[in-house]
Amino acid sequence: MTNGTPKVELRGVKKRFGNKVVLDGVDLKIDAGQSLVVIGGSGTGKSVMIKCVLGILRPDAGQIFVDGEEVTKLRGRARDAYLKKFGMLFQGAALFDSLRVWENVAFGLIQGRGMDRKQAKDIAIEKLAKVGLSADVAMLSPSELSGGMQKRVGLARAIASDPHIIFFDEPTTGLDPIMADVINDLIVSTVERMGVTTLSITHDMASARKIADKIAMLYKGKIIWDGPTEHIDSSGNAFVDQFIHGRADGPIKMEVRA
Amino acid sequence: MNIFAAIGRVVLAFLAQVGRLSSFTASAIINCVRPPVYGWLTLQQILRIGYFSLPVVGLTAFFTGGVLALQIFIGSDRYGAEAFVPQIVVLGITRELGPVIAGLMVAGRVAAAIAAEIGTMRVTEQIDALTTLSTNPIKYLVVPRLIAAVVSMPILVAIADSIGVFGGYTVATQSLNFSGPVYLKNTMEFVTNQDITSGLIKAAVFGFIIALMGCYNGFHSKGGAQGVGAATTNAVVSASILILASNYILTSVIFAK
Repeated sequence: MTNGTPKVELRGVKKRFGNKVVLDGVDLKIDAGQSLVVIGGSGTGKSVMIKCVLGILRPDAGQIFVDGEEVTKLRGRARDAYLKKFGMLFQGAALFDSLRVWENVAFGLIQGRGMDRKQAKDIAIEKLAKVGLSADVAMLSPSELSGGMQKRVGLARAIASDPHIIFFDEPTTGLDPIMADVINDLIVSTVERMGVTTLSITHDMASARKIADKIAMLYKGKIIWDGPTEHIDSSGNAFVDQFIHGRADGPIKMEVRA
Repeated sequence: MNIFAAIGRVVLAFLAQVGRLSSFTASAIINCVRPPVYGWLTLQQILRIGYFSLPVVGLTAFFTGGVLALQIFIGSDRYGAEAFVPQIVVLGITRELGPVIAGLMVAGRVAAAIAAEIGTMRVTEQIDALTTLSTNPIKYLVVPRLIAAVVSMPILVAIADSIGVFGGYTVATQSLNFSGPVYLKNTMEFVTNQDITSGLIKAAVFGFIIALMGCYNGFHSKGGAQGVGAATTNAVVSASILILASNYILTSVIFAK
């Protein structure tokens, strides 16, 4: 697995908002072609971590390497070029509601790469077919779609410009169990077909087990355990055990007071 | 000690806000002059900001011109100076009331709409999505609105000026017994280029303020529906205050003798 430099590497990444420490020195490696799932409770900084890698948030300390290149200092055009390596599926799909479905899928091609609309539309329809949506969906507006279909369009948009790395932010949250499994299958098949590296964050263990090669657990701003998916049940870590079995008692105390 | 801590917090929060706004403004202006420019989006925004504001601005300008004529007539009647109604109406409309009334109306209509739209995009992560699709959100969302507002406001105000003068003319000729041709002749002879251009310069500045406040408050909204609501209110209130404050400053600069 470890042939040279990891695809994505975080070293001691820290981020805080005001007095609230969200990431307290995260160290994480994802090898090329690997699917890593980061699990952790709500509000443990999973989304913040992804946003740091994408440069939407700037970490206070630490380094992030993608293909061996330090990326936290990138700005302007260098950053635009860097972001072309990524695709991202947002939690709420984050489709542009002023645009039609195909325009959403083709957005990165038209705006980011300057492709002409006709050609981009053909690619968008082809990508929509890959996530199981027919060409007539392409002409609808996102508000006409169900949550599951919006997620699929979001996935089509994430893969539209053939990224090397795809991030999934809670891909199954808010979906019924069957639709969640459909999305999981789509993710697994897409990843296999494209041979991409993925980083997903979720608190849905069924989804994590299905899509992960490797699982890491984030707790209080640090990675407290990581290992192959098949070792998750024998981690020997009390925090991980409590989380994967969803018990209220254990070392993780829910802070009920805000 | 507690008092100092409280004062310190307020001062720091204020300075942080000023800093955020300054850097937002700077990056918006820099992005206005750097390619690529989204021409089609800018045209769309000119339509939304300028064209669709015409009825509101036109109606308010008409009634403002009318009431101005009426008040000046009542006031100057006491000195037997009622013949000056056309001159004072055109001066008041072109220099002050045209740009300010249009500015406030457009602030209510457009700053709110911009803040709500961009605020919703922020809380639903659409702005983050733009970034991940290699599109600079400032360039894609803010620049077209800024350019559109700066271009459309002077045109709107030029139209508002004409309608405002027409409102004064209507009231003067219909209920104050002015002769139409004389009213128009007095208006045309009295008004100068500077009266009109000063109003148009103000209009462009107000347009910039309106779009900037809408975009800034939308961009920095947090939390769900409530945050977007707060952003919308802040956009309208701050745009209105800044329009009135900058109106005073602009007047004193333009007419400095």
